[in-house]
Amino acid sequence: MSRYLLARLLSAIPVLFVVSVVSFLIIWLVPGDVASEIAGPDATPAELASIREDLGLDRPILERALIWYRDLLQGDLGQSYLLGRSVTDAVLERLPITLSLAGIALVLTIALGLLLGIIAAVRHNTLADQGAMTIALLGLSIPDFWFGIVLIFLFGVQLGWLPTGGYVSPSEDFAGWLRSMTLPALTLAFTQMGVVARMTRSSMLDVLSQDYIQTARAKGLRARAVIFKHALLNALVPVVTLIGVITGVLLGGAVVIETVYSLPGVGRLIIGAIQRRDYPIIQGGLLMTSATFVLVNVVVDILYGWLDPRVRHER
Amino acid sequence: MSAEAARPAAHAPARWLALLALARRLLAHRSFAFGGSLFLLILLLAILADWIAPYDPNKNNYRALLSAPSAEHWFGTDGFGRDIVSRIIHGTRVSLRIGLLVVVATGVLGTVIGLLAGYVRWVDNAVMRVMDGLMAFPGVLLAIALAAVLGPSELNAAIALTVTFTPRTARVARASVLVVREMPYVEAATAAGAGHLRIVLVHILPNSLSPLIVQLTFVFAVAILAEAILSFLGVGPAPPTPSLGNIIAEGRTYVQEAPWICFYPGMAIAITVLGLNLMGDGLRDVLDPRLRERPEG
Repeated sequence: MSRYLLARLLSAIPVLFVVSVVSFLIIWLVPGDVASEIAGPDATPAELASIREDLGLDRPILERALIWYRDLLQGDLGQSYLLGRSVTDAVLERLPITLSLAGIALVLTIALGLLLGIIAAVRHNTLADQGAMTIALLGLSIPDFWFGIVLIFLFGVQLGWLPTGGYVSPSEDFAGWLRSMTLPALTLAFTQMGVVARMTRSSMLDVLSQDYIQTARAKGLRARAVIFKHALLNALVPVVTLIGVITGVLLGGAVVIETVYSLPGVGRLIIGAIQRRDYPIIQGGLLMTSATFVLVNVVVDILYGWLDPRVRHER
Repeated sequence: MSAEAARPAAHAPARWLALLALARRLLAHRSFAFGGSLFLLILLLAILADWIAPYDPNKNNYRALLSAPSAEHWFGTDGFGRDIVSRIIHGTRVSLRIGLLVVVATGVLGTVIGLLAGYVRWVDNAVMRVMDGLMAFPGVLLAIALAAVLGPSELNAAIALTVTFTPRTARVARASVLVVREMPYVEAATAAGAGHLRIVLVHILPNSLSPLIVQLTFVFAVAILAEAILSFLGVGPAPPTPSLGNIIAEGRTYVQEAPWICFYPGMAIAITVLGLNLMGDGLRDVLDPRLRERPEG
């Protein structure tokens, strides 16, 4: 297990390296002169010169990269032009909101997906199966931000049950925080639960056709015990592999959904930065969110190896 | 079964017969037929936009601001009095055009990278580590950042989405190539003295296509969803060009008094993507029943 653990941890290094290179190069993709893009049309030559020096635009790219990595290793991702503070602080302050949204959404996604998947597998080839799979596919086919607006319209505007947006800190008002996170998390979960539902269904169907299920049934166990104890626990193993992928989609989705529900997370920070051409924030937000995702994936991999020992001995 | 359709040694008429049989099996597949009709409908609307759309999608009408759906304006009008039906029809055209561009670019790039990684063993590791790195950006975040720095335009949105979706496609292609290259007919071709280029293009590529076609159908679906996100966030094609995402973004301000502006373009996206997803499921069932897992965006 410890060898597997070490291998998983080390495998994150090349991935993080590529992520950092892409994030570094992203400023280089800005067409035209980056400094005048940032400073706007009314900038004085002195302002432009100071931005150029700040971003190292006056140096060759290799030198810039070296400086960038030296700062990165010290946790310094530069200064935000708009906020007048360090990128690392600005992103770190907002990352918990994005992560908690993605986290709640992940729990909901798995719960709803398992529910649909189990119903579909147990009632294989019935109307319930078709109904569950149709809901799953519909969820996968609708745009998340649009579904968010529809939910705001229904539950916020028409019924008035939940806030139409805005954020409440959990330390001030926990119930209010839950209320402010409910619709955004449901929006994300509805559009991703289909992935879990489909995987659960096919994996359950696989397991249900195994000999040991026949045996469990033959020896007179009740259907419920067979389904939940014998089938579901084994069917869950491949579903765990999905957690990594889904977390990524949910994190990326959270960035978009924050804009819809006015939640002050990294997503809104990045979108705000896009409108004002605050490139260091775009770069730092991209890098830090992605690095978090890489670490989540390592944890999921380790979890998977612990759940299914066969995985540890592959390769 | 799937290999029959594309087996290079088959004579031309036999190949056509196999394709015909494949088409027949697809059309008999219920979800493929249904999804295909949905998609065809949307595709026709997009192609014939100039003739079908009842109004000019960019023409303001100050006598009909925010008017509710009626016989005159089926889906109502927006804050400038522009006809929503016409904007949706033209927006669908933009979305499909970007989606198609992404599918073609992703297909070509993904196949080339996948073939290289799967066939030329020494580049495999390096190339796939780069792909892994690109896949480490969560969801559409990389596409948003790329489209943001490149600037809002149709082409830039397509470039950003291609970079985002190519790695997974390359991985599918590589996996397929790794299986096919061990097939006896490849060994036979090598023994018969075929060169690398011939082996790759004539023997490996055609027989690796099935999972790629399935994957690219799903790429089309997620590309349309992702393009809508880019437009919604203001980094897609620049207004006034209507795209399904930016119609929703513009309608968001009026969601209380004119919910129809947001509602219908979202339905248009959902129908298009649902059609593609159903087609993808059908293609997967028919072409490659072993594939169960659905690719993610």
